[in-house]
Amino acid sequence: MKRHDLLGSEIPASDITPREVFEQRRALIRAAAAGAFGAALAPWFSRAAFAQTASPNPSAGKLAATVNRQFVVMDRPTAYKDVTGYNNFYEFGLDKADPAKHAHTLQTRPWTVSVEGLVARPKVYDIDELLKLASLEERVYRMRCVEGWSMVIPWIGIPLAELIRRVEPTGSAKYVEFFTLADKKQMPGVSVPILDWPYVEGLRLDEAMHPLTLLGFGLYGEVLPKQNGAPVRLVVPWKYGFKSAKSIVRIRFTDTQPKNSWAVSAPKEYGFYANVNPSVDHPRWSQDSEVRIGEGGGLFAPKRKTLMFNGYAEQVAAMYAGMDLRVNF
Amino acid sequence: MPRFAPFDALRLGVFCASLLPLARLVWLGAHDALTANPLEFVTRSTGTWALVFLCLTLSITPLRRLSGEPRWLKLRRMLGLYCFFYAVLHAALWVWIDRGLDPASMWQDVLKRPFITAGALAFVMLIPLAATSTHAMMRLLGRRWAQLHRLVYAIAIAAILHYVWHKAGKNDFGTVSIYAGVVATLLGVRVWWAIADRRRR
Repeated sequence: MKRHDLLGSEIPASDITPREVFEQRRALIRAAAAGAFGAALAPWFSRAAFAQTASPNPSAGKLAATVNRQFVVMDRPTAYKDVTGYNNFYEFGLDKADPAKHAHTLQTRPWTVSVEGLVARPKVYDIDELLKLASLEERVYRMRCVEGWSMVIPWIGIPLAELIRRVEPTGSAKYVEFFTLADKKQMPGVSVPILDWPYVEGLRLDEAMHPLTLLGFGLYGEVLPKQNGAPVRLVVPWKYGFKSAKSIVRIRFTDTQPKNSWAVSAPKEYGFYANVNPSVDHPRWSQDSEVRIGEGGGLFAPKRKTLMFNGYAEQVAAMYAGMDLRVNF
Repeated sequence: MPRFAPFDALRLGVFCASLLPLARLVWLGAHDALTANPLEFVTRSTGTWALVFLCLTLSITPLRRLSGEPRWLKLRRMLGLYCFFYAVLHAALWVWIDRGLDPASMWQDVLKRPFITAGALAFVMLIPLAATSTHAMMRLLGRRWAQLHRLVYAIAIAAILHYVWHKAGKNDFGTVSIYAGVVATLLGVRVWWAIADRRRR
Protein backbone atom coordinates (compact mmCIF):
# COMPACT_ATOMS: atom_id res chain seq x y z
CA MET A 1 0.00 0.00 0.00
CA LYS A 2 1.35 3.36 -0.94
CA ARG A 3 1.77 5.95 1.73
CA HIS A 4 -0.69 8.15 -0.15
CA ASP A 5 -3.38 5.51 0.20
CA LEU A 6 -2.91 5.37 3.93
CA LEU A 7 -3.16 9.12 4.37
CA GLY A 8 -5.55 10.08 1.61
CA SER A 9 -5.71 13.55 0.17
CA GLU A 10 -8.86 14.60 1.93
CA ILE A 11 -8.18 13.92 5.55
CA PRO A 12 -11.20 14.61 7.76
CA ALA A 13 -11.31 17.70 9.90
CA SER A 14 -9.78 16.06 12.89
CA ASP A 15 -6.96 13.94 11.62
CA ILE A 16 -5.31 14.19 14.95
CA THR A 17 -3.90 10.84 15.91
CA PRO A 18 -6.06 9.16 18.57
CA ARG A 19 -4.07 7.74 21.45
CA GLU A 20 -4.87 4.09 20.73
CA VAL A 21 -3.87 4.47 17.11
CA PHE A 22 -0.66 6.04 18.17
CA GLU A 23 0.06 3.25 20.65
CA GLN A 24 -0.74 0.71 18.00
CA ARG A 25 1.63 2.47 15.67
CA ARG A 26 4.36 2.34 18.25
CA ALA A 27 3.94 -1.42 18.36
CA LEU A 28 4.16 -1.53 14.58
CA ILE A 29 7.26 0.59 14.67
CA ARG A 30 8.85 -1.83 17.09
CA ALA A 31 7.94 -4.61 14.72
CA ALA A 32 9.39 -2.63 11.85
CA ALA A 33 12.55 -2.04 13.79
CA ALA A 34 12.72 -5.75 14.42
CA GLY A 35 12.65 -6.17 10.69
CA ALA A 36 9.34 -7.97 10.53
CA PHE A 37 7.75 -5.72 7.91
CA GLY A 38 10.65 -3.39 7.53
CA ALA A 39 10.11 -2.34 3.96
CA ALA A 40 6.34 -2.06 4.12
CA LEU A 41 6.34 0.03 7.26
CA ALA A 42 9.29 2.23 6.49
CA PRO A 43 7.18 5.35 5.88
CA TRP A 44 5.49 5.03 9.26
CA PHE A 45 8.75 4.43 10.93
CA SER A 46 10.37 7.50 9.45
CA ARG A 47 7.35 9.61 10.32
CA ALA A 48 7.42 8.64 13.95
CA ALA A 49 11.12 9.24 14.04
CA PHE A 50 11.13 12.85 12.87
CA ALA A 51 9.95 14.21 16.22
CA GLN A 52 13.13 13.02 17.83
CA THR A 53 15.19 13.88 14.81
CA ALA A 54 17.12 17.09 15.12
CA SER A 55 16.87 19.66 12.34
CA PRO A 56 19.37 19.08 9.53
CA ASN A 57 21.00 22.39 10.39
CA PRO A 58 24.00 21.54 12.61
CA SER A 59 24.62 25.14 13.72
CA ALA A 60 21.06 25.67 14.97
CA GLY A 61 20.35 26.06 18.66
CA LYS A 62 18.45 23.02 19.91
CA LEU A 63 15.17 23.37 21.74
CA ALA A 64 13.96 20.43 23.80
CA ALA A 65 10.22 19.80 23.71
CA THR A 66 7.76 17.03 24.41
CA VAL A 67 5.63 15.89 21.52
CA ASN A 68 1.96 16.58 22.21
CA ARG A 69 0.31 13.65 20.42
CA GLN A 70 -3.07 15.31 20.62
CA PHE A 71 -1.92 17.92 18.12
CA VAL A 72 0.00 16.00 15.50
CA VAL A 73 -1.55 15.83 12.03
CA MET A 74 -0.79 12.77 9.96
CA ASP A 75 0.28 14.67 6.84
CA ARG A 76 3.95 14.33 6.00
CA PRO A 77 5.90 17.32 7.37
CA THR A 78 7.23 19.73 4.76
CA ALA A 79 11.00 19.51 4.22
CA TYR A 80 13.10 21.67 6.53
CA LYS A 81 14.68 23.47 3.58
CA ASP A 82 11.26 24.55 2.32
CA VAL A 83 9.94 25.52 5.76
CA THR A 84 13.00 27.73 6.27
CA GLY A 85 13.61 28.81 2.68
CA TYR A 86 10.17 29.75 1.37
CA ASN A 87 8.76 32.46 3.58
CA ASN A 88 6.60 35.56 3.55
CA PHE A 89 8.21 38.00 5.97
CA TYR A 90 8.05 41.35 4.21
CA GLU A 91 10.23 43.05 6.80
CA PHE A 92 13.05 41.19 5.01
CA GLY A 93 11.92 41.53 1.39
CA LEU A 94 9.09 40.56 -0.93
CA ASP A 95 10.54 37.45 -2.54
CA LYS A 96 9.94 34.12 -0.81
CA ALA A 97 13.70 33.54 -0.69
CA ASP A 98 14.46 37.01 0.76
CA PRO A 99 13.81 36.29 4.46
CA ALA A 100 16.29 33.38 4.47
CA LYS A 101 18.84 35.66 2.76
CA HIS A 102 18.36 38.81 4.80
CA ALA A 103 17.02 37.88 8.23
CA HIS A 104 20.49 37.24 9.67
CA THR A 105 20.57 40.92 10.67
CA LEU A 106 17.75 40.37 13.17
CA GLN A 107 18.97 40.57 16.78
CA THR A 108 16.96 38.10 18.85
CA ARG A 109 18.78 38.75 22.18
CA PRO A 110 18.12 40.77 24.21
CA TRP A 111 14.40 40.60 23.38
CA THR A 112 11.42 41.61 25.40
CA VAL A 113 7.69 41.30 24.85
CA SER A 114 5.54 43.93 26.47
CA VAL A 115 2.15 42.54 27.51
CA GLU A 116 -0.18 45.44 28.18
CA GLY A 117 -3.63 46.96 27.81
CA LEU A 118 -6.73 45.64 29.54
CA VAL A 119 -5.01 43.24 31.92
CA ALA A 120 -4.66 43.16 35.69
CA ARG A 121 -0.96 42.28 35.52
CA PRO A 122 0.77 44.02 32.63
CA LYS A 123 4.38 42.99 32.32
CA VAL A 124 7.42 43.25 30.10
CA TYR A 125 8.58 39.68 29.63
CA ASP A 126 12.13 38.77 28.76
CA ILE A 127 12.22 36.16 25.99
CA ASP A 128 14.02 33.70 28.25
CA GLU A 129 11.32 34.12 30.85
CA LEU A 130 8.64 33.41 28.22
CA LEU A 131 10.47 30.26 27.20
CA LYS A 132 10.16 28.97 30.78
CA LEU A 133 6.52 29.95 31.26
CA ALA A 134 5.23 26.45 30.51
CA SER A 135 6.69 23.18 29.29
CA LEU A 136 7.54 23.37 25.60
CA GLU A 137 5.46 21.19 23.31
CA GLU A 138 6.07 19.95 19.83
CA ARG A 139 2.97 20.01 17.64
CA VAL A 140 2.64 19.28 13.94
CA TYR A 141 0.21 21.71 12.30
CA ARG A 142 -0.90 22.45 8.80
CA MET A 143 -0.11 25.97 7.64
CA ARG A 144 -2.21 27.40 4.81
CA CYS A 145 -1.05 30.65 3.22
CA VAL A 146 -3.73 32.98 1.84
CA GLU A 147 -1.78 32.86 -1.44
CA GLY A 148 -2.88 29.27 -2.03
CA TRP A 149 -0.01 27.13 -0.79
CA SER A 150 0.41 25.08 2.35
CA MET A 151 2.98 23.33 4.50
CA VAL A 152 3.02 20.95 7.46
CA ILE A 153 5.31 22.19 10.22
CA PRO A 154 6.55 20.64 13.47
CA TRP A 155 6.37 23.68 15.75
CA ILE A 156 7.70 24.07 19.26
CA GLY A 157 5.83 26.37 21.59
CA ILE A 158 3.40 26.84 24.43
CA PRO A 159 -0.33 27.51 24.34
CA LEU A 160 -0.82 31.28 24.17
CA ALA A 161 -3.46 30.76 26.88
CA GLU A 162 -0.64 30.05 29.35
CA LEU A 163 0.58 33.62 28.96
CA ILE A 164 -2.92 35.14 28.85
CA ARG A 165 -3.94 33.50 32.11
CA ARG A 166 -0.91 34.93 33.88
CA VAL A 167 -1.60 38.54 32.89
CA GLU A 168 -5.29 38.27 33.86
CA PRO A 169 -7.32 40.08 31.18
CA THR A 170 -9.99 42.33 32.64
CA GLY A 171 -13.68 41.78 31.92
CA SER A 172 -13.66 44.42 29.19
CA ALA A 173 -10.81 42.79 27.21
CA LYS A 174 -12.31 41.35 24.03
CA TYR A 175 -9.39 41.24 21.61
CA VAL A 176 -5.65 40.71 21.60
CA GLU A 177 -3.37 42.73 19.35
CA PHE A 178 0.12 41.59 18.31
CA PHE A 179 2.89 43.87 17.09
CA THR A 180 5.93 42.74 15.12
CA LEU A 181 9.27 44.49 15.52
CA ALA A 182 9.77 47.26 12.92
CA ASP A 183 13.39 48.34 13.01
CA LYS A 184 14.87 49.67 9.77
CA LYS A 185 18.37 48.88 11.00
CA GLN A 186 17.62 45.19 11.37
CA MET A 187 14.87 44.81 8.79
CA PRO A 188 15.61 46.16 5.31
CA GLY A 189 12.01 45.68 4.15
CA VAL A 190 10.68 48.17 6.70
CA SER A 191 12.10 50.96 4.51
CA VAL A 192 9.74 49.86 1.73
CA PRO A 193 6.18 51.17 2.16
CA ILE A 194 4.42 47.90 1.25
CA LEU A 195 2.52 48.04 4.54
CA ASP A 196 2.05 50.58 7.28
CA TRP A 197 4.72 49.28 9.69
CA PRO A 198 4.83 47.86 12.29
CA TYR A 199 2.98 44.71 11.24
CA VAL A 200 -0.12 44.35 13.37
CA GLU A 201 -2.30 41.29 13.81
CA GLY A 202 -5.15 40.49 16.12
CA LEU A 203 -7.37 37.75 17.50
CA ARG A 204 -10.59 37.67 19.41
CA LEU A 205 -9.88 36.76 23.04
CA ASP A 206 -11.55 33.35 22.70
CA GLU A 207 -9.45 32.62 19.60
CA ALA A 208 -6.32 33.66 21.45
CA MET A 209 -7.26 31.40 24.36
CA HIS A 210 -8.05 28.42 22.12
CA PRO A 211 -5.88 25.37 22.89
CA LEU A 212 -4.69 25.24 19.27
CA THR A 213 -3.22 28.77 19.40
CA LEU A 214 0.49 28.65 20.09
CA LEU A 215 3.18 31.05 21.07
CA GLY A 216 5.93 29.56 18.92
CA PHE A 217 9.62 29.50 19.81
CA GLY A 218 10.97 26.82 17.52
CA LEU A 219 10.47 24.31 14.73
CA TYR A 220 12.03 21.01 13.74
CA GLY A 221 13.61 20.68 17.18
CA GLU A 222 15.54 23.91 16.94
CA VAL A 223 15.19 27.54 18.00
CA LEU A 224 13.02 29.43 15.46
CA PRO A 225 15.15 30.40 12.48
CA LYS A 226 15.12 34.18 12.07
CA GLN A 227 13.27 34.00 8.74
CA ASN A 228 10.45 32.12 10.48
CA GLY A 229 9.79 34.89 12.99
CA ALA A 230 12.37 34.48 15.75
CA PRO A 231 12.46 34.65 18.67
CA VAL A 232 8.72 34.41 19.29
CA ARG A 233 5.73 34.23 16.96
CA LEU A 234 2.10 33.32 16.85
CA VAL A 235 0.85 30.04 15.34
CA VAL A 236 -2.89 29.94 14.56
CA PRO A 237 -3.34 26.87 12.34
CA TRP A 238 -6.98 27.34 11.30
CA LYS A 239 -6.36 30.83 9.91
CA TYR A 240 -4.40 31.99 6.88
CA GLY A 241 -0.71 32.29 7.62
CA PHE A 242 -0.62 36.08 7.73
CA LYS A 243 -2.59 35.98 11.00
CA SER A 244 0.38 34.32 12.71
CA ALA A 245 2.46 37.40 13.49
CA LYS A 246 6.23 36.96 13.64
CA SER A 247 8.98 38.45 15.83
CA ILE A 248 6.48 39.81 18.37
CA VAL A 249 7.52 42.68 20.65
CA ARG A 250 4.15 43.80 22.02
CA ILE A 251 0.87 42.10 22.93
CA ARG A 252 -2.02 44.40 23.81
CA PHE A 253 -5.47 43.52 25.17
CA THR A 254 -8.25 45.80 23.91
CA ASP A 255 -12.01 46.16 23.77
CA THR A 256 -12.05 47.11 20.07
CA GLN A 257 -11.27 44.93 17.08
CA PRO A 258 -7.62 45.45 16.10
CA LYS A 259 -6.89 46.90 12.67
CA ASN A 260 -4.64 44.20 11.27
CA SER A 261 -2.10 45.32 8.68
CA TRP A 262 -3.39 43.44 5.62
CA ALA A 263 -7.01 44.36 6.28
CA VAL A 264 -5.94 48.01 6.45
CA SER A 265 -3.80 47.72 3.31
CA ALA A 266 -6.37 45.89 1.15
CA PRO A 267 -9.73 45.72 2.97
CA LYS A 268 -11.48 44.02 0.06
CA GLU A 269 -8.93 41.22 -0.05
CA TYR A 270 -8.05 40.51 3.57
CA GLY A 271 -10.30 40.55 6.61
CA PHE A 272 -9.85 40.41 10.36
CA TYR A 273 -10.92 36.79 10.81
CA ALA A 274 -9.08 35.25 7.85
CA ASN A 275 -10.25 31.75 8.71
CA VAL A 276 -9.20 29.22 6.09
CA ASN A 277 -12.35 28.73 4.05
CA PRO A 278 -12.48 26.98 0.66
CA SER A 279 -15.88 28.46 -0.15
CA VAL A 280 -14.95 32.12 0.31
CA ASP A 281 -12.64 33.13 -2.50
CA HIS A 282 -9.97 35.74 -2.44
CA PRO A 283 -10.90 38.37 -5.05
CA ARG A 284 -7.86 37.49 -7.14
CA TRP A 285 -7.86 33.73 -6.81
CA SER A 286 -9.93 30.79 -5.67
CA GLN A 287 -9.32 29.41 -2.19
CA ASP A 288 -10.81 26.01 -3.01
CA SER A 289 -7.46 24.32 -3.51
CA GLU A 290 -3.83 24.65 -2.52
CA VAL A 291 -0.34 23.66 -3.58
CA ARG A 292 1.28 21.55 -0.87
CA ILE A 293 4.88 22.70 -0.87
CA GLY A 294 7.36 19.90 -1.58
CA GLU A 295 4.70 17.38 -2.51
CA GLY A 296 6.00 14.74 -4.91
CA GLY A 297 5.45 15.46 -8.58
CA GLY A 298 6.91 18.96 -8.51
CA LEU A 299 5.35 21.12 -11.19
CA PHE A 300 2.78 18.49 -12.06
CA ALA A 301 1.63 17.62 -8.54
CA PRO A 302 -2.15 18.00 -8.47
CA LYS A 303 -3.43 20.67 -6.09
CA ARG A 304 -5.07 19.60 -2.84
CA LYS A 305 -8.59 20.53 -1.85
CA THR A 306 -8.48 23.14 0.87
CA LEU A 307 -10.25 22.04 4.06
CA MET A 308 -12.68 24.17 6.08
CA PHE A 309 -10.76 25.86 8.91
CA ASN A 310 -7.71 24.16 7.42
CA GLY A 311 -8.98 20.82 8.73
CA TYR A 312 -9.52 22.07 12.29
CA ALA A 313 -13.29 22.59 11.98
CA GLU A 314 -14.09 20.12 14.73
CA GLN A 315 -12.06 22.12 17.21
CA VAL A 316 -12.85 25.68 16.17
CA ALA A 317 -16.12 25.86 14.21
CA ALA A 318 -18.19 26.41 17.38
CA MET A 319 -16.48 29.76 17.94
CA TYR A 320 -18.07 31.05 14.74
CA ALA A 321 -21.56 29.60 15.16
CA GLY A 322 -24.21 31.90 13.69
CA MET A 323 -21.61 34.11 12.07
CA ASP A 324 -21.72 34.91 8.34
CA LEU A 325 -18.25 33.86 7.26
CA ARG A 326 -18.71 35.52 3.86
CA VAL A 327 -19.07 38.89 5.55
CA ASN A 328 -16.51 38.16 8.25
CA PHE A 329 -13.86 36.78 5.90
CA MET B 1 26.26 31.60 -49.86
CA PRO B 2 24.68 34.91 -50.81
CA ARG B 3 21.40 33.59 -49.44
CA PHE B 4 22.89 33.18 -45.99
CA ALA B 5 23.11 36.90 -45.33
CA PRO B 6 24.06 38.39 -41.94
CA PHE B 7 20.42 38.71 -41.05
CA ASP B 8 19.83 35.02 -41.58
CA ALA B 9 22.62 34.26 -39.12
CA LEU B 10 20.97 36.70 -36.74
CA ARG B 11 17.66 34.92 -37.17
CA LEU B 12 19.23 31.59 -36.36
CA GLY B 13 20.90 33.10 -33.30
CA VAL B 14 17.65 34.67 -32.10
CA PHE B 15 15.80 31.42 -32.70
CA CYS B 16 18.21 29.49 -30.49
CA ALA B 17 18.52 32.20 -27.85
CA SER B 18 14.73 32.38 -27.57
CA LEU B 19 14.68 28.76 -26.45
CA LEU B 20 17.02 29.47 -23.55
CA PRO B 21 14.26 30.47 -21.07
CA LEU B 22 12.58 27.12 -21.73
CA ALA B 23 15.90 25.28 -21.54
CA ARG B 24 16.57 26.92 -18.17
CA LEU B 25 13.23 25.73 -16.80
CA VAL B 26 13.85 22.20 -18.05
CA TRP B 27 17.33 22.23 -16.53
CA LEU B 28 16.05 23.53 -13.18
CA GLY B 29 13.26 20.95 -13.28
CA ALA B 30 15.72 18.13 -13.90
CA HIS B 31 17.76 19.31 -10.90
CA ASP B 32 14.75 19.71 -8.63
CA ALA B 33 15.47 23.42 -8.40
CA LEU B 34 12.18 25.01 -9.44
CA THR B 35 11.89 26.56 -5.94
CA ALA B 36 9.59 25.23 -3.23
CA ASN B 37 6.56 26.19 -5.32
CA PRO B 38 7.28 24.97 -8.87
CA LEU B 39 3.80 25.77 -10.20
CA GLU B 40 4.04 29.41 -9.19
CA PHE B 41 7.63 29.74 -10.36
CA VAL B 42 7.09 28.23 -13.81
CA THR B 43 3.78 30.05 -14.30
CA ARG B 44 5.42 33.38 -13.51
CA SER B 45 8.53 32.65 -15.53
CA THR B 46 6.64 31.70 -18.70
CA GLY B 47 4.31 34.69 -18.25
CA THR B 48 7.25 37.04 -17.90
CA TRP B 49 8.93 35.63 -21.01
CA ALA B 50 5.73 35.91 -23.04
CA LEU B 51 5.66 39.59 -22.09
CA VAL B 52 9.35 40.04 -22.90
CA PHE B 53 8.80 38.59 -26.39
CA LEU B 54 5.74 40.78 -26.82
CA CYS B 55 7.88 43.84 -26.06
CA LEU B 56 10.61 42.62 -28.44
CA THR B 57 8.03 42.11 -31.18
CA LEU B 58 6.69 45.60 -30.64
CA SER B 59 10.18 47.09 -30.76
CA ILE B 60 10.85 45.92 -34.34
CA THR B 61 8.91 48.68 -36.07
CA PRO B 62 10.56 51.47 -34.04
CA LEU B 63 13.97 49.84 -34.61
CA ARG B 64 13.38 49.72 -38.34
CA ARG B 65 12.31 53.34 -38.42
CA LEU B 66 15.16 54.60 -36.24
CA SER B 67 17.86 52.61 -38.05
CA GLY B 68 16.44 52.80 -41.56
CA GLU B 69 17.22 49.08 -41.80
CA PRO B 70 14.20 47.21 -43.22
CA ARG B 71 15.63 43.77 -42.50
CA TRP B 72 14.70 44.03 -38.83
CA LEU B 73 11.27 42.95 -40.04
CA LYS B 74 12.64 39.49 -40.71
CA LEU B 75 12.76 38.89 -36.96
CA ARG B 76 9.27 40.08 -36.14
CA ARG B 77 7.24 37.00 -36.97
CA MET B 78 9.60 34.73 -35.04
CA LEU B 79 9.56 36.95 -31.95
CA GLY B 80 5.78 37.15 -32.10
CA LEU B 81 5.50 33.38 -32.34
CA TYR B 82 7.84 32.98 -29.37
CA CYS B 83 5.56 35.32 -27.43
CA PHE B 84 2.70 32.99 -28.34
CA PHE B 85 4.78 29.93 -27.45
CA TYR B 86 5.52 31.13 -23.91
CA ALA B 87 1.94 32.38 -23.53
CA VAL B 88 0.68 28.89 -24.43
CA LEU B 89 2.87 27.34 -21.71
CA HIS B 90 1.74 30.02 -19.23
CA ALA B 91 -1.95 29.50 -20.02
CA ALA B 92 -1.62 25.71 -20.14
CA LEU B 93 -0.35 25.62 -16.55
CA TRP B 94 -3.38 27.59 -15.42
CA VAL B 95 -5.80 25.40 -17.42
CA TRP B 96 -4.21 22.10 -16.54
CA ILE B 97 -2.66 22.35 -13.08
CA ASP B 98 -4.22 25.36 -11.45
CA ARG B 99 -7.78 24.78 -12.65
CA GLY B 100 -7.41 21.00 -13.09
CA LEU B 101 -8.91 21.02 -16.64
CA ASP B 102 -12.29 21.96 -15.18
CA PRO B 103 -14.08 24.27 -17.68
CA ALA B 104 -16.60 25.52 -15.09
CA SER B 105 -13.90 26.54 -12.69
CA MET B 106 -11.96 28.27 -15.50
CA TRP B 107 -15.02 30.19 -16.59
CA GLN B 108 -15.70 31.24 -12.98
CA ASP B 109 -12.12 32.44 -12.68
CA VAL B 110 -12.36 34.46 -15.90
CA LEU B 111 -15.65 36.08 -14.91
CA LYS B 112 -14.73 36.77 -11.32
CA ARG B 113 -11.19 38.02 -11.42
CA PRO B 114 -10.23 41.06 -13.49
CA PHE B 115 -6.60 39.98 -13.75
CA ILE B 116 -7.60 36.59 -15.13
CA THR B 117 -10.07 38.27 -17.50
CA ALA B 118 -7.32 40.52 -18.84
CA GLY B 119 -4.87 37.61 -19.16
CA ALA B 120 -7.42 35.38 -20.88
CA LEU B 121 -8.34 38.19 -23.30
CA ALA B 122 -4.71 38.79 -24.17
CA PHE B 123 -4.21 35.08 -24.80
CA VAL B 124 -7.36 34.67 -26.91
CA MET B 125 -6.36 37.66 -29.05
CA LEU B 126 -2.92 36.12 -29.63
CA ILE B 127 -4.47 33.04 -31.23
CA PRO B 128 -5.66 34.64 -34.52
CA LEU B 129 -2.35 36.48 -34.84
CA ALA B 130 -0.37 33.27 -34.49
CA ALA B 131 -2.75 31.47 -36.85
CA THR B 132 -2.35 34.15 -39.55
CA SER B 133 1.39 34.50 -39.24
CA THR B 134 2.26 32.53 -42.40
CA HIS B 135 3.10 34.06 -45.79
CA ALA B 136 0.09 32.29 -47.26
CA MET B 137 -2.24 33.92 -44.74
CA MET B 138 -0.64 37.31 -45.37
CA ARG B 139 -1.30 36.97 -49.07
CA LEU B 140 -4.81 35.67 -48.51
CA LEU B 141 -5.80 38.46 -46.16
CA GLY B 142 -4.05 41.26 -48.02
CA ARG B 143 -4.77 44.64 -46.43
CA ARG B 144 -6.93 43.03 -43.79
CA TRP B 145 -3.85 41.25 -42.44
CA ALA B 146 -2.32 44.52 -41.22
CA GLN B 147 -5.63 45.59 -39.74
CA LEU B 148 -5.98 42.29 -37.88
CA HIS B 149 -2.46 42.45 -36.55
CA ARG B 150 -3.10 45.82 -34.94
CA LEU B 151 -4.69 43.63 -32.26
CA VAL B 152 -1.17 43.38 -30.86
CA TYR B 153 -1.63 46.83 -29.29
CA ALA B 154 -4.75 45.65 -27.43
CA ILE B 155 -2.86 42.50 -26.42
CA ALA B 156 -0.03 44.57 -24.97
CA ILE B 157 -2.44 46.70 -22.93
CA ALA B 158 -4.36 43.62 -21.70
CA ALA B 159 -1.10 41.88 -20.76
CA ILE B 160 0.06 44.87 -18.71
CA LEU B 161 -3.33 45.11 -16.98
CA HIS B 162 -3.10 41.37 -16.23
CA TYR B 163 0.27 41.92 -14.58
CA VAL B 164 -0.60 45.15 -12.73
CA TRP B 165 -3.82 43.72 -11.29
CA HIS B 166 -2.03 40.58 -10.25
CA LYS B 167 0.41 42.64 -8.21
CA ALA B 168 -2.07 45.26 -6.99
CA GLY B 169 -3.05 43.51 -3.76
CA LYS B 170 0.41 43.86 -2.31
CA ASN B 171 1.31 47.26 -3.76
CA ASP B 172 4.24 45.45 -5.33
CA PHE B 173 4.65 47.51 -8.49
CA GLY B 174 8.45 47.46 -8.78
CA THR B 175 8.93 45.07 -11.69
CA VAL B 176 5.60 45.57 -13.36
CA SER B 177 6.15 49.33 -13.63
CA ILE B 178 9.26 48.65 -15.74
CA TYR B 179 7.27 46.56 -18.20
CA ALA B 180 4.45 49.10 -18.18
CA GLY B 181 7.01 51.81 -19.00
CA VAL B 182 8.46 49.79 -21.87
CA VAL B 183 5.04 49.05 -23.36
CA ALA B 184 3.95 52.68 -22.91
CA THR B 185 7.09 53.83 -24.73
CA LEU B 186 6.65 51.34 -27.57
CA LEU B 187 3.02 52.31 -28.07
CA GLY B 188 3.75 56.00 -27.42
CA VAL B 189 6.32 56.35 -30.21
CA ARG B 190 3.79 54.92 -32.66
CA VAL B 191 1.24 57.53 -31.67
CA TRP B 192 3.91 60.22 -31.81
CA TRP B 193 5.02 59.18 -35.29
CA ALA B 194 1.45 58.85 -36.52
CA ILE B 195 0.74 62.43 -35.46
CA ALA B 196 4.02 63.68 -36.92
CA ASP B 197 3.40 61.91 -40.24
CA ARG B 198 -0.09 63.36 -40.49
CA ARG B 199 1.24 66.89 -39.93
CA ARG B 200 3.85 66.43 -42.62
CA ARG B 201 1.24 65.46 -45.15
